[in-house]
Amino acid sequence: MSKYETVIGLEVHVELHTKSKIFCGCSTTFGVAPNIQTCPICLGHPGVLPVLNREAVNFAIKAAMALNCEIATHSKFDRKNYFYPDCPKAYQISQFDQPIGENGWLDIEVDGARKRIGITRLHLEEDAGKLTHDGDATLVDFNRVGMPLVEIVSEPDLRSPAEAKAYLEKIKSIIQYTGVSDVKLEEGSLRCDANISLRLFGQDEFGTKTELKNLNSFRNVERALQYEEVRQAKDLDDGKRIIQQTLRWNEETNEVKVMRSKEQAHDYRYFPEPDLVSLVISDEWKEEIRSSIPELPDSRKARYIKDWGLSSYDADQLTGTRNVADYFEQTVQAGADAKMAANWITGDLMGYLNSNNVEIHQSKITPTLLAGMTDLLQKGTISSKIAKTVFKEMIETGKEAAKIVEEKGLVQISDEGAIRSEVVKVIQANPQSIDDFKNGKDRALGFLVGQVMKATKGKANPQMVNEMIREELSKL
Amino acid sequence: MSLLRESLQEVHNRLAKKEITSVDLVTESLKRIGEVDGDVRAFLLVDEEGALKRAKELDEKYSKEGTRGILASLPVGIKDNICTEGLTTTCGSQLLSNYQPVYNATVVEKLHNADAISIGKMNMDEFAMGSSNENSSFYPVHNPWDLSTVPGGSSGGSAAAVAAGEVYFALGSDTGGSIRQPAAFTGTVGLKPTYGLISRYGLVAFASSLDQIGPLTKNVEDSAYVLQAIAGHDQYDSTSANVEVPDYLSALTGDVKGLRVGVPKEMMGEGIDPKVKALIQRSLSTLESLGATIEEVSLPHSEYAVATYYLIAPAEASSNLARFDGVRYGVRKYGENLIDLYHETRSQGFGPEVKRRIMLGTYALSSGYYDAYYKKAQQVRTLIAQDFEQLFAKYDVIIGPTTPTTAFKLNERIDDPMTMYANDMCTIPANLAGLPGISVPCGLSDGLPVGLQIIGKPFAEATLLRVAHAFEQATDRLPEPKLGGGRA
Repeated sequence: MSKYETVIGLEVHVELHTKSKIFCGCSTTFGVAPNIQTCPICLGHPGVLPVLNREAVNFAIKAAMALNCEIATHSKFDRKNYFYPDCPKAYQISQFDQPIGENGWLDIEVDGARKRIGITRLHLEEDAGKLTHDGDATLVDFNRVGMPLVEIVSEPDLRSPAEAKAYLEKIKSIIQYTGVSDVKLEEGSLRCDANISLRLFGQDEFGTKTELKNLNSFRNVERALQYEEVRQAKDLDDGKRIIQQTLRWNEETNEVKVMRSKEQAHDYRYFPEPDLVSLVISDEWKEEIRSSIPELPDSRKARYIKDWGLSSYDADQLTGTRNVADYFEQTVQAGADAKMAANWITGDLMGYLNSNNVEIHQSKITPTLLAGMTDLLQKGTISSKIAKTVFKEMIETGKEAAKIVEEKGLVQISDEGAIRSEVVKVIQANPQSIDDFKNGKDRALGFLVGQVMKATKGKANPQMVNEMIREELSKL
Repeated sequence: MSLLRESLQEVHNRLAKKEITSVDLVTESLKRIGEVDGDVRAFLLVDEEGALKRAKELDEKYSKEGTRGILASLPVGIKDNICTEGLTTTCGSQLLSNYQPVYNATVVEKLHNADAISIGKMNMDEFAMGSSNENSSFYPVHNPWDLSTVPGGSSGGSAAAVAAGEVYFALGSDTGGSIRQPAAFTGTVGLKPTYGLISRYGLVAFASSLDQIGPLTKNVEDSAYVLQAIAGHDQYDSTSANVEVPDYLSALTGDVKGLRVGVPKEMMGEGIDPKVKALIQRSLSTLESLGATIEEVSLPHSEYAVATYYLIAPAEASSNLARFDGVRYGVRKYGENLIDLYHETRSQGFGPEVKRRIMLGTYALSSGYYDAYYKKAQQVRTLIAQDFEQLFAKYDVIIGPTTPTTAFKLNERIDDPMTMYANDMCTIPANLAGLPGISVPCGLSDGLPVGLQIIGKPFAEATLLRVAHAFEQATDRLPEPKLGGGRA
């Protein structure tokens, strides 16, 4: 074990999914042709002024509340000045000393251990344009400029790359529940920078940190931090000083590259944005938003475990995204046994959805259909083996389970006489197995069960088959 | 008398009676510009074709429908930091010498909706930074009263064009006195409204928390008419106030009986030319004879106003002007790389005063100096506003000179920024406090106009106009400037 303790803090940017940009009326649709969702205001033409989109403030407050932040009563915007082609006004309208939210937290779980991570602040700002470097040229897309963004800054409470990853996943999940963003790393609606430093265990003060940028996947966050953890430990072991600098993660070479050192750090010359009036967030406004926040994953998970006896793992799987959790709850509401529903959703359904790239709410099996199937299963009308067949048919066609069972004659044989006659036939046809069974070979039992199932085309109730074979054999 | 010397109401009556047409007015204006603007140089752009076309359209329109508004068909000048769609808007800067806005400022839209005719863009100090118009990167404006003197700034082109009878009225912008000071120097009426009364959308920002657009007119009644047309909330400007716009014309009653006037001793003491002071005192006597009560008062923090202004305005300007980098619009200068391109564009594109203020503002905002400069200046700004607030508990208006002196000679102060800045000592406090101020002519000193400044409570433009109008009615009208004195 290393003698160094790792200290990590994350800065997460989340693009808010409002209909229009934060300071003008331009659309925010993702993936359209470059520079078409622009206007004189977001392009920073001379003389234009920003007008704050109230929905962006609503979304930011909602996100801050979901992350347990205290919500400011007086908030304001500030200008962050810098020259760069992604920023047409040469300043970004952001928040400096009066962010929307402060002093929040969220809980993560790594290796079964639960841990609370502090959130220093959440502030609202405008996004910059998107630069694409193409050989010698750099292309600018201003569709992204002026998209509303929240920056969420954690306390330096994370102690490993795995914790960092868990924190980021948790932010994604919570934000996704609130519906204020689609939080997609691959589309850039969720972005992450990380600060990392090492110190000797037991030491109070922090070591010198480096900042990692360009972490555009959960895997990259973890890998880049692991890389930097090892690099810093080696430098410290070699008696070198860590230099405070900004590093860029290169996912192709799995290395970091220095972007700029502390000496080259910007002086952003923050000052209050004179073109906007300050923001007063009344208690009524806060309450209105608070009441619109749905039940969040931690609470749902606890409920699933407590009320429905699910395992922590299954509850995690089901609460990862709001759509899945909603789907699960709707299935239970439609009458399904919770554990059975959980198994089918986390197993066959998710497996199918993932391999076919379908979202759960677009699945042909609605919660009601799934509950219909588990009902047949529970009543013994179909066996779990047949259920798999029925499920496959349902997900392709969206037909009711009962209808599929009826059309294909898949009703489980639970008639004692019918099963017993098959059992007797199979035993008579396999004398060798009887000897094996008597000699204590359990495999023989399985073989005989298989033969009965084969003879009944899988429709016999397996439990009854099992019991009757034992009965018949014991008679011999 | 030239048509252009008539008041808005007089010429409106002629139009209504069909004695003259829109084309007549535009033609008259173009003729006057042709005659005098070679000397005055108030215009950066004369849109002859566009103005005539619009005049014909309006004549056509009004030959069918009857009543036209008071501003309809009048040729007007727009300061060149106010965006006009498709019409080059330079801000008096080389950097924007080719810039054509893709939209109209809200005030321009409002004037166009009132059927006023933009006849051209008015010369100004580069990015509205200056008190003499000598900072225009194209050519300085000359004061029609004496061509060897400055017209004031930064709305010098707007003021000079009104004084020289080239347009009916013009729009200016006032950040530290840029409407009122040139109005005083040119014998015109200049109104800087309360911060927030008029939309700044489309005004190329100099100092966002101080800038206000306002009218330069020949008389107070005209000022009221123009204000009426351009005031009011704008959804495109969050700092524009959501207040009801009163009827300014009905405020012009001529009655100032019982008006309580405070005269700050700080604006009547050191640095004020004795001849200017004498005219102000005479004006105060006039108001007294009309029934106003006059008392000396104090604005104790006003001595810090100029210093405060020269931290806040440049700080905001350093940020507002950062977008002019030659990448998306304006004149781009070649650079080996991105930083060089920025550097060359801005080094060659901005003039010395603009650079000076960008440097000053950047310094005032930089880490480690922010508290000592920008933050401190904001605190003093609050104190200055409080000084006024206390006075307005007892007084209706604050009156004093608009400027410490009359128009000075071209080139006289250009190398002495501190003296130049001090010229705005009487006008700056109203900007810092966000208050309305109006300058009305109150006589001539050695042949040059002197302005009387009236400052009022927030959104008390009606009171300012009433007082200014009563005073104007009780005093002799200035003669027309003779456009003499020879070019400097």
